[in-house]
Amino acid sequence: MYGSNILNDGMRHVSDLNFGDPFRKHEMHCRFKLKPPWPWVAITTSSGILVIALLMGQIFHATMNRIAKVEDDYHEMMELKKRAEAADVAKSRFLATVSHEIRTPMNGVLGMLHMLMDTDLDETQEDYIRTAQESGKALVSLINEVLDQAKIESGRLELEAVCFDLRAILDDVLSLFSGKSQEKGVELAVYVSDKVPAKLVGDPGRFRQIITNLMGNSIKFTEKGHVYVTVHLVEEAVNLMDVEMESPSNSTLSGLPVADRRQSCAGFKAFSQEEYAPMFSSSSTNQVNLIVSVEDTGQGIPLEAQSRVFTPFMQVGPSITRTHGGTGIGLSISRFLVQLMKGEIGFASLPQIGSTFTFTAVFTHGCCNVNDQKSQKINNQLNSISLEFREMRALLVDPRLVRAKVSVYHIKRLGIHVEVVRDLNKGFFSVNTENSIPNIVFIEREVWDKDLALSTLFLNKLRSLDCIVTPKLFLLSSTISSTRAISTGSSVSTPSVILKPLRASLLTASLQRSMGIGNRGNHRNGELRILSLRNLLRGRKILVVDDNLVNLKVAAGALKKYGADVVLAERGKEAISLLTPPHHFDACFMDIQMPEMDGFEATKRIRDMESSFNNRIHIGELSVEAYRNISTWHVPILAMTADVIQATSEECLKCGMDGYVSKPFEAEQLYREVSRFSHTALNEIP
Amino acid sequence: MEIVGQLQKQYVDFINSLFREGYLDDQYVQLQKLQDDSNPEFVVEVVSIFFEDSEKLLNDLASSIQQQVVDFKKVDGYVHQFKGSSSSVGAQRVKNACVAFRNFCEEKNLDGCSRFLNLVKQEFYLVKNKLETLLRLEQQILQAGGTVPLIE
Repeated sequence: MYGSNILNDGMRHVSDLNFGDPFRKHEMHCRFKLKPPWPWVAITTSSGILVIALLMGQIFHATMNRIAKVEDDYHEMMELKKRAEAADVAKSRFLATVSHEIRTPMNGVLGMLHMLMDTDLDETQEDYIRTAQESGKALVSLINEVLDQAKIESGRLELEAVCFDLRAILDDVLSLFSGKSQEKGVELAVYVSDKVPAKLVGDPGRFRQIITNLMGNSIKFTEKGHVYVTVHLVEEAVNLMDVEMESPSNSTLSGLPVADRRQSCAGFKAFSQEEYAPMFSSSSTNQVNLIVSVEDTGQGIPLEAQSRVFTPFMQVGPSITRTHGGTGIGLSISRFLVQLMKGEIGFASLPQIGSTFTFTAVFTHGCCNVNDQKSQKINNQLNSISLEFREMRALLVDPRLVRAKVSVYHIKRLGIHVEVVRDLNKGFFSVNTENSIPNIVFIEREVWDKDLALSTLFLNKLRSLDCIVTPKLFLLSSTISSTRAISTGSSVSTPSVILKPLRASLLTASLQRSMGIGNRGNHRNGELRILSLRNLLRGRKILVVDDNLVNLKVAAGALKKYGADVVLAERGKEAISLLTPPHHFDACFMDIQMPEMDGFEATKRIRDMESSFNNRIHIGELSVEAYRNISTWHVPILAMTADVIQATSEECLKCGMDGYVSKPFEAEQLYREVSRFSHTALNEIP
Repeated sequence: MEIVGQLQKQYVDFINSLFREGYLDDQYVQLQKLQDDSNPEFVVEVVSIFFEDSEKLLNDLASSIQQQVVDFKKVDGYVHQFKGSSSSVGAQRVKNACVAFRNFCEEKNLDGCSRFLNLVKQEFYLVKNKLETLLRLEQQILQAGGTVPLIE
């Protein structure tokens, strides 16, 4: 109150005071004495609220923006995704269509080239055509690969399940590459373990595709050494690979070091299971777990490219396509196929040393009680030929264990007993002391060339042996290069050379040619068949149904030759009326494609008719004596087909047929089919 | 017997050339094997039926291709017949041409079909000619008192 604390902010309140005295005027001056303090609380609170409000506004705004942006992005992405998917589908479809369009005229071109080859040509022309054919075939296989890739991407690739012979497939693939490998001087070899069964059920075409791809790659990138394919059961493979790791690095097929096989299947799940399931025997289940390895001594794959190996269209370097060709899809397709076969694929590769690719696949045991014409045909050819060489003895001279193992495998397939010695000296020993002299002697080329003097001695020794037929001598060689002729004036001529890669057909052909057995053998077997067929068919009454007069005549002629009593019919209707019980027919051969009523339809009707008759006989409505005392009528009906594809075994079985034979008749197949039902049905008829 | 020897040699050379050039395949040999004393004219009979049947088929094929609207299924059916009979007789080139013909039928390619019809016709007449010559040679050998050599 009152004075000091000067604060002159001009705020002054003057009040008039009236004490009631007219002579004195009083005023009251009121003023602030002190500066008013800042209203901190109010300020802080309000500014705080302001800030908070601002921030919240900011957050809200930002969030809204963000949401809007994300939604926009999402829509955009969905748009793009749809476009990308559509583009992908369109691309695959486009590829497939274009490939189909290309394939047809391509096949036309190849077909024409094939027919051109059959005409009169001189050597230059033949050469040109062959080159054109090679290019054409390469183009077709390229297109097929691209088609496969499209199929895989659209999920339409499926595996078949048929009976096939693994060893025959490998023989085929070997033939494919034998020329190339011989040209390059690379030794090509295939070994299939004895434990792998003869017949498997799976997709042979796709399996062949994988092997062809791996072998093709190996051969492409290998200039020296070897390409070695092995097939084992998973169960035995582990032990074998451990043994391999122990052996020195030059005990491989060609002596050159290779990438470690064990490493190539290091990550396989199939192996880790081993520890938990020691009783992993596939004899209990029907499964056959195979492990296949393709080992080469080529350039190898550079380390930085190894992770991309299975990516489609990826190749190691841009120059690869130029120098070697190919699109780089092969491995990715192979991996897909391996996965479809419930297997795994892996590799180990060391640059400048080589690569080893390994894959597993699961098949089941094959038991063909239904016909598989092509493989049976090959098998029968092999079987009938291997009868020739069965029980023969052979001597193999080869210092390298792995290579010898392969040769032994192939020779044993023909039924020949083989003894292996490491060099010619031991060979002398063997023929001298053994009381069983070999019929055939196989010598590795490098052994022969190493010491020609010793070789001549050996040859003379063979000639001087005391036996009826001198053992035949063959050299096994992996290149075409001419054998060093012995120019020292001795009169030894070079023995016959068998070019590797060894395969069953090649071996038998070479052996037959030089031993002169072949033709006689075929005759013997052929005559055997004819005799057996005569026994089966003599006096039997057979109905042949075909709308084609020429086919009828030929079929009738063939059956008559075996002594059958043949009746011909041209239409399905005729066949049905002829086969109405009671009849005297022992069997019927029925063509499938006929006008009015095809073979399947006719057979179905015949079976229906037979079952109705059988029923009526069984319930006594018809007397069994009136039906030649037969109460279950079932005449064996075999389909005659020119198109194996047309007469799938299921179709035939479905409508009641008992089997099928091809047109025109083939003695082996005819015998097999007829003998199958002959002991059941034919016996019924007195 | 000079003549017989000459004729036989002519026959062997001719039939070998037919095999080499692909006109005939192994099936023809099988047909020859089916001919024996109980069936002495088998090959001639089969071949005649084949000629007759094929002429008819070729006519049917020609007329069905010349239609306004071509029924490819029908054409395919005829070609299938032709393929069957030519393969039963061993006429390899005819059979191969039929196989290629069928592809065009499947694709309903009229141009290809007419081209191949001509090709098939050509091949048929070629092989007919060759077979007639062959059978004539056989007759000559038999008339001269010799036997027809069997090729393996």
